[in-house]
Amino acid sequence: MLAHEIVKNIQSGQVSPQEVVSASLQRIAQLEPRLHALIRLNPQAEQEAALVEQRLARGEHLPLAGVPVVLKDNICTQDLATTCGSRMLADFVPPYSATVVEKLRQAGAVVVAKANMDEFAMGSSTEYSAFGPTRNPWDTERVPGGTSGGSAAAVAAGMVPLALGTDTGGSVRQPAALCGVYGFKPTYGRISRYGVVATASSLDQVGTMARTVQDLALLSDVVSGYDPMDSTSLEIQAQFAAALQASSRGLTIGLVKEALAVGNSPGVLEALERFRSVMEAQGVRFVEVSLPSLEYALAAYYIVNTAEISSNLARYDGTLYGLRVPGEDSTTTMMQSREHGFGPEVQRRILMGTFVLSSGYYEAYYGKALRARARIKADFDRAFSQADLLLTPTSPFPAFRLGEKTTDPLSMYLADIDTVAVNLAGLPAMSIPAGFEGHLPVGVQLIGKALHDEQIFVAANAFEQATERAFARAAI
Amino acid sequence: MPDFEAVVGLEVHLHLKTKSKMFCGCDADYFGDPPNTHTCPVCLGLPGVLPVVNAQAVEYGILFGLALNCQIAPWTQFHRKSYYYPDMPKNYQISQYDLPIAAHGYLEVEGQRVRIKRVHLEEDAAKSTHPEGAPYSLIDLNRAGSPLIEMVTEPDIRTPEQARIFLSHIRSIAQTLGVSDANPEEGKMRADVNVSVRRVGEPLGTKVEIKNLNSFRSVARALEYEIRRQQEILRSGRRVEQATLGFDEAAGKTYVMRLKEGEADYRYFPDPDLPPIVVDEAWLARLKAAMPELPAQKYARYVEAGVRPYDAEILAYNPSLARFFDQTLACYRGNPQTVANLLNADVAGYLNERQMEVQETALTPEHLAALAGLFERREITNRVLSQLLPEVMEGADPLKLVEERGLRAVADEGALRPLVERVVAANPKVVEQVKGGNLKAANALLGPIMKETKGTAKADVVKKMLGEMLGVEL
Repeated sequence: MLAHEIVKNIQSGQVSPQEVVSASLQRIAQLEPRLHALIRLNPQAEQEAALVEQRLARGEHLPLAGVPVVLKDNICTQDLATTCGSRMLADFVPPYSATVVEKLRQAGAVVVAKANMDEFAMGSSTEYSAFGPTRNPWDTERVPGGTSGGSAAAVAAGMVPLALGTDTGGSVRQPAALCGVYGFKPTYGRISRYGVVATASSLDQVGTMARTVQDLALLSDVVSGYDPMDSTSLEIQAQFAAALQASSRGLTIGLVKEALAVGNSPGVLEALERFRSVMEAQGVRFVEVSLPSLEYALAAYYIVNTAEISSNLARYDGTLYGLRVPGEDSTTTMMQSREHGFGPEVQRRILMGTFVLSSGYYEAYYGKALRARARIKADFDRAFSQADLLLTPTSPFPAFRLGEKTTDPLSMYLADIDTVAVNLAGLPAMSIPAGFEGHLPVGVQLIGKALHDEQIFVAANAFEQATERAFARAAI
Repeated sequence: MPDFEAVVGLEVHLHLKTKSKMFCGCDADYFGDPPNTHTCPVCLGLPGVLPVVNAQAVEYGILFGLALNCQIAPWTQFHRKSYYYPDMPKNYQISQYDLPIAAHGYLEVEGQRVRIKRVHLEEDAAKSTHPEGAPYSLIDLNRAGSPLIEMVTEPDIRTPEQARIFLSHIRSIAQTLGVSDANPEEGKMRADVNVSVRRVGEPLGTKVEIKNLNSFRSVARALEYEIRRQQEILRSGRRVEQATLGFDEAAGKTYVMRLKEGEADYRYFPDPDLPPIVVDEAWLARLKAAMPELPAQKYARYVEAGVRPYDAEILAYNPSLARFFDQTLACYRGNPQTVANLLNADVAGYLNERQMEVQETALTPEHLAALAGLFERREITNRVLSQLLPEVMEGADPLKLVEERGLRAVADEGALRPLVERVVAANPKVVEQVKGGNLKAANALLGPIMKETKGTAKADVVKKMLGEMLGVEL
């Protein structure tokens, strides 16, 4: 069942929150052995469902009444372990919940599980989880994408209708594309980061995942909004559901020349072409735009990303919490704990980030990356003077095979080529299921102007309506 | 000696007197509380937390900068300073780097300008203790995330005494502004010292840093020792080694904590969790308007009012005495110097003995004004004044005491004559001595007269009478 159907049926009394949650848990029990989408179930899920029922009986307005959701395991949940897919935090139980978790609970959603992810949200395939890889529901020999691969797989497999992920360089959009679901990353600042374990703070945003635009809007409305605990949060009223009433007629979409030029697989090109023709029939005009600095995006991204990672992950030293491998003194303990607690990709990025911030190298790397970032932003500004939205692939290729890229970090980084620039510029973007390559789903990415996130929903909704949800059906 | 000169720069940390910590809501007043009772996910640096800047701390930083004649940054930012230490929960400190809240100021110390390089805001670390012989250390996170101001001077100080006065001026300013208790004993003010010695006119020598000095006196003592040590090294033709030193209070000596290591690389970069702060003109104007009168301005005002510079300085740089002085002058029409004398000598003596602030006693400005008036109008003698002071400090009204006990000064020779004649007659030996030229012996005559009159007899009148009677000049 879709989220808005669940809410309707619960509110009309046709089904109870407990029934919905236990159905979700059954589906999980059935599919989880094949997919490994999750790290931990919430043992309190059924009791929480009962509480939702009581709140409904008291007449509370609960926009997500009884809807089961999964959270990427870097979103802190009080009394429920939050591992970040790392041995370092394998036993870490936060004493507090993230703001988005509070908002979900307030809205009546029931967290049924924490989803698998690449360790500390570094990777593009969920293979870098310390707890083993997640498999793509469309083809279990293939990856679900990453780093929010567990969340995407859980939604695609129908374990839950809604999930939260986090998107630092495409980690919501790319797995959404590879799993055939919608994945939305808002403008930087529209969803609170408080309680979301930081990977790269200036790039991280919580993102939403669902199987329809309507469900995506429902979830996005609930989790967005100003949070005094996050100094980078913005005071903007979320109007995602309302945007679904608007028409796409008259919109201009820019086709990003540079993103179409690089080696995209045939299914991806086909999906882009389909999106264009469907939308043209909806009264949308297409123009070609250029983002000349896009070629620097990946390099700039991996400098900013690793620099912030090296600082954000410094706190894991085995002193106050997390894995502790005792040594003869505090320095040895710190080094041993980090050596055993972090996997190879995390260690690699910490080393790179430490290097690029070092005195003597700062200007050559970090300083230059910040300048590239500014140019990329300026490029987007120019493009948005010609178009309301920009269209690119979400990923140059559909789901790849497990193990195909783990031995070559650079080829893994290239999986992010279409998504990282959006994070550097802090823009909103959505991956929209728009086709198949063989049996594998393909997504296209719509990028919006900063703070005009809702406009993406207008276009996505029009495409979904016109194609009668042909590309977002359940995988299993 | 005069061929050498010391070059000294100071780095001062002040704990800000804000309600909550620098980046979270924890109560910042943890002094004396059990360890690890003022903590939350944010100051513990737990995964997922974010800092939020304490606006009060920023305002305190601006006020302090203004008081030190600094330029206030129109645009200021926090950076992360990275280093691993168990008492740093995040293993980076949120501090300021190239965009401090205030910079390029100065403070006058006895007519000399000490330039202020920068004033910035940062969070404090936790407190580690290392129990003797234990295979572990203890960490108290109450202090973690407390708001600090760090102030750095240019190397404009030349003597230990200047350093001491500079620090006491900084304390006065911080207390006057109300931004910090600036109390070294409670760790609310800490100073690190950079010092090098050179022959006058030559380029700067190698500097050493003396860390963790916990009183102004320690700063002066450590500097005296260290300057002498460096002079001896230079005189003997050797070279001073760059090092970080500690100061052994008991021995009065500095000692090497560590020799120069490779320059620490703190990998500063702007904290992405904290957007830059814009200090606009309106905000600045509001803070300037709220600026209290500073010690230097007080000093000028007191001198203008006729207080001797020596007393004016003591009062102006002691915020609690200054407040009381101003309150007393408000109800006093005599010479301000009289009140200044009372505060700086009699009242200060009383307070020092008891380690109290004047506001902690029952003394009221009205009573002090009354006492000063009695004395200035010569209605009571010095001796009576000293007698009354403890009671007045404890809340007694001096006018009432004088009336009830008949303590008004007696200057009437006719009234005193019988008593003086009686005492002279009763002490023939003393009289002989005085007449023989031992003028000091006259005190033995003065004593009984004072005793008899409960100190109300005016000493100069009695002396004049005795002189006339004995034919000497007393």
